[in-house]
Amino acid sequence: MTIATLDHDTLLQALRRVLAEKDIAQPDEIAERIRITDAGTPAQGARMVARAWCDPAFRTLMLTDGARAAALLDIPMRGAPPLGVLENTADLHHLVVCTLCSCYPRAVLGYPPFWFKSAAYRARAVRDPRGLLTEFGTTLPAATALRVVDSTADYRWMVLPQRPHGTEGWSEAALARLVRAGDMIGVTIPALA
Amino acid sequence: MSLAPGRSVRVKADWPELRGRCHIRTPHYVRGQTGTILRHLGDFPNPEDLAFARPAAATPLYHVRFDQPSLWGEGATGDDIVIELFAHWLEPL
Repeated sequence: MTIATLDHDTLLQALRRVLAEKDIAQPDEIAERIRITDAGTPAQGARMVARAWCDPAFRTLMLTDGARAAALLDIPMRGAPPLGVLENTADLHHLVVCTLCSCYPRAVLGYPPFWFKSAAYRARAVRDPRGLLTEFGTTLPAATALRVVDSTADYRWMVLPQRPHGTEGWSEAALARLVRAGDMIGVTIPALA
Repeated sequence: MSLAPGRSVRVKADWPELRGRCHIRTPHYVRGQTGTILRHLGDFPNPEDLAFARPAAATPLYHVRFDQPSLWGEGATGDDIVIELFAHWLEPL
């Protein structure tokens, strides 16, 4: 039997045992990390977006220090990389990609959609971003410039989309339900159903 | 060296991967290209050392803006690409 033929559970148990014996990571630390990872979902990012739409002071903080803004909403950020927030306006739309690998703001958006890691998305987001947006059903006004943000190093980036027209007076919870992962990557724009 | 926002920089046209094992966070498509500093994002351990468990010096990281049409020879005027790049890859112009 070799390491290549062992089943995953046996390997995982052996790895956890070695990590504990060498005092690299104890079982309670691993459990805590799994809890933090599971807490990351697009609903967390959507809560931040909805709060920013309703609370100008929160919006300012979110654009200055995304991680602090997330922590204010009790999103676990311990050990997470710095979070940069890119604000979409009538003049400028942001699209996030990681051409080198799959850097993604997991603390606030969870696991990336399958296509985010694909070679096709990573290549076309920088080479033909407007063509790519069209395939996601997103058409930008001609006057809106497109900024592609390639996540190449220590930051993780999320997009703060524009609040859709027709949502005046909506509750924060109702606004949060409008916001999808793609809206915070920049491939789509929040819209009323 | 500190690079102020608005400063023009050229990304080194260097290809360390041709010389041996390495870990680089500078994509191929910007090497040798000219861009503009947007802002200093902070100082982070140099990933080129970190990846090999070597002591990694805190290195300035910049957000650098590139004009989309000038990178590819196509695309919409006014569109751009913004990338995180470490100071040792940037030559001030």
